[in-house]
Amino acid sequence: MIGGMDTHAPLLHPTPSGLYCPAGDFHIDPVRPVARALITHGHADHARAGHGAVLATRQTLDIMAIRYGAGFAGATQPAEGDIRLGDVAVRFHPAGHVLGSAQIAVARAGQRVVVSGDYARHPNPACAPFEPVACDLFVTEATFGLPVFRHPPPQAEVAKLLASMAAFPDRPHLIGAYALGKAQRVIALLRQAGYDAPILIHGALAKLCAYHADQGIDLGELRPATVERGRAPEGQVVIAPPSAFAATWVQRFRDPVIAQASGWMTVRARARQRGVELPLVISDHADWPELTQTIRDTGAAEVWVTHGREEALVRWCDLSGIAARPLRLVGYEDEPE
Amino acid sequence: MTPFAALLERLAFTPSRNAKLRLIADYLDRTPDPDRGWALAALTGDLKLRMLTPSLLRGMVEERVDAELFRLSYDFVGDLAETIALIWPGPRESDALRLSEVIETLAKTGTSDLPGLIAGWLDRLGPSERYALLKLGTGALRVGVSARLAQTALAQRHDIEADAIGEVWHGLAPPYVDLFAWLQGGPKPQSRMAAPFRPVMLATPTDADALAPLDPADFLAEWKWDGVRVQAVAEGGTRRLYTRRGEDISAAFPDLVAALEFEGVIDGELLVRRDTAVAPFGELQKRLNRKSVGRALLASHPAMLRAYDLLVWGGADLRPEPLHTRRARLQEAVTRLPAERVDLSPEVDFHDWAALDLLRAAPPDPVIEGVMLKRRESPYRAGRPKGPWFKWKREPMVVDAVLLYAQRGHGKRSGYHSDFTFGVWDQDQLVPVGKAYFGFTDAELRELDRFVRANTTDRFGPVRQVAPTLVLEVAFEGLNLSTRHKAGLAMRFPRIRRIRWDKPASEADTLDALRGLLAVS
Repeated sequence: MIGGMDTHAPLLHPTPSGLYCPAGDFHIDPVRPVARALITHGHADHARAGHGAVLATRQTLDIMAIRYGAGFAGATQPAEGDIRLGDVAVRFHPAGHVLGSAQIAVARAGQRVVVSGDYARHPNPACAPFEPVACDLFVTEATFGLPVFRHPPPQAEVAKLLASMAAFPDRPHLIGAYALGKAQRVIALLRQAGYDAPILIHGALAKLCAYHADQGIDLGELRPATVERGRAPEGQVVIAPPSAFAATWVQRFRDPVIAQASGWMTVRARARQRGVELPLVISDHADWPELTQTIRDTGAAEVWVTHGREEALVRWCDLSGIAARPLRLVGYEDEPE
Repeated sequence: MTPFAALLERLAFTPSRNAKLRLIADYLDRTPDPDRGWALAALTGDLKLRMLTPSLLRGMVEERVDAELFRLSYDFVGDLAETIALIWPGPRESDALRLSEVIETLAKTGTSDLPGLIAGWLDRLGPSERYALLKLGTGALRVGVSARLAQTALAQRHDIEADAIGEVWHGLAPPYVDLFAWLQGGPKPQSRMAAPFRPVMLATPTDADALAPLDPADFLAEWKWDGVRVQAVAEGGTRRLYTRRGEDISAAFPDLVAALEFEGVIDGELLVRRDTAVAPFGELQKRLNRKSVGRALLASHPAMLRAYDLLVWGGADLRPEPLHTRRARLQEAVTRLPAERVDLSPEVDFHDWAALDLLRAAPPDPVIEGVMLKRRESPYRAGRPKGPWFKWKREPMVVDAVLLYAQRGHGKRSGYHSDFTFGVWDQDQLVPVGKAYFGFTDAELRELDRFVRANTTDRFGPVRQVAPTLVLEVAFEGLNLSTRHKAGLAMRFPRIRRIRWDKPASEADTLDALRGLLAVS
């Protein structure tokens, strides 16, 4: 065992269902139904239906209800302030990933573990900013845990989109963006850049967009991208989940430019495999400089890496004199597309 | 570097030709001299720079980045230049380094100073610009832009014929300041080059119905040989061989160039001989796209020119003369040249269209792909004028194949599966033998898309595997042996001629039957 880990092992340990805290008797982001789940954010691979009790931020609970229906868990409790669970104190801190996303701090007897969930450090108009929390053990994601990932400023990517719309004014621009978080972020970024025409959205985004607007995020005028009286929907920007591009849904648009907003668009081969004509590197995850900076910011003596490119981040920790181990948790996706 | 890097990025992901044309034209419009000219040369492959080698690049990056982190990153990204561009600890945004400065400096820097120079630039450039720099330096832009495409982009934007640009192109050198000045209303650049290219005259397709009202006596017929249409120019001691698009391919055909002992311009078909006969197109292909050619290949695949027309002779421009005059001069000219290198394309004797149709259907040589019909009175006019010249092609070869995979299209075909991979039977297995993405109507495309969606058995990104039940009648112009394809065959110009909803897959053709066509193609 790596030095220092013995003291933490009782507080949290990996199980096939996910990270488990015996002293508080709960799982964090379990991948299968458990008695008590603490959920970092509403993405489907972290927030699943069917748990006995769920503790999450108000917004994450709302989002889960939108996606799974009101009865998605036996009982729910919104996370506010310090919460006592068995022998441990739990507190949720903003993670800057999507609306409602949180890191979960678990403390007992002067020891603190922070489970990051998915997180991002760059400003995001669609959610509260990440808050670094000092801890002894930091459990981090590593979706973009390779030094090749340095996300460009999202404003520059939106400028790319606007330039393409000017170069091809007669072609609708279809932007593939995950329904929770990415879609609203892209819309909010477009609004910040001064684009004020109505934006068309795929039906799968309607409820989540309405919820964001409800929570005070300015998305401007959104219209359904539906066919009326046999005519293609009018509008130059259309946002849809990327899966829609494989469906007949896309056939309603004439000569579209297929764009995709994702951190993976950094890698050309990835963009090409997906048939993307306009890759937009817009990510809800920390890039390499943010991952490494965050590890430093927490002051953690030890790091566990949950999922993603664990090897490189562990290597970086080794080079920086920080004890680290990959957990290789099964069930979490790379940034969903 | 920033605008150039942005252009490269866009081109790399843009499959549509029209969209490429617009991106290139927009860039050239917005960019000042000499940067746009250098960019044009880089895109068309006319830029000759000292090459950065992979080992030089690796050495550079290992001084900056932990070797293990680099290895993990390279494994993930898969492309050396791209990995270095991304991982290099440079800024997120570039400072204002100009493309022209990069190219002009690279041209005068010796090998030993290269690593320092490149590293210094990488420290000043953002990731997209670093990528552009490394791709420039390794000579592998791979954005699918030919000289012709770039000429077309310029021509469309400035409302002139692409051929007019093609004509002056070879006399110009990067960064093409004269060319841009001309397009913006300045004087037309005078070709300073010896033995320049003359834009060629092309034929339009025809058929029996279209020919019926025409008088056969007005036309000269000759075989349409299945080689590469070329123009051989020998003027003032300079000899060049051009494709019909004006690309200079002299370097690949020194044997033929050596035989161009004349003063003039001959239009003809480039062919490869096999003893005294003409070899199939596949044999000629082995000599194409080479920077140089070895002695063994020169001996086994000798090149020759089958002459069709005479444009210039002894300094006199014959293009305004009628074809029969030019042809008489050509006949005489060819007699003075070595017959194994240059000969006259024979005239096909015929009295009516029906007789010619029979000859066309059963030509005397397998390397003939139809007949050419040229008005005896026609002057030589650049472009593809409708009326004076026709091509009447042999019927295509046809095979019944089974649809195996389909890939989603782009642009106007977004959302439709429009690229179809098909196969034929080899024993009890279907082996892929080709890919086609046209030949069908819009209505058929919708039907095919529906079939693909309803019969998908597996997915690989944008590609779907389908249940092998639908037979496609595929037409193609010829077959070549190929080591790049699993079945060992490559079709030329395959297209889907008919969808055989009625035919069971078990009745599709076999690989042996397809191989049988090889002998006659």
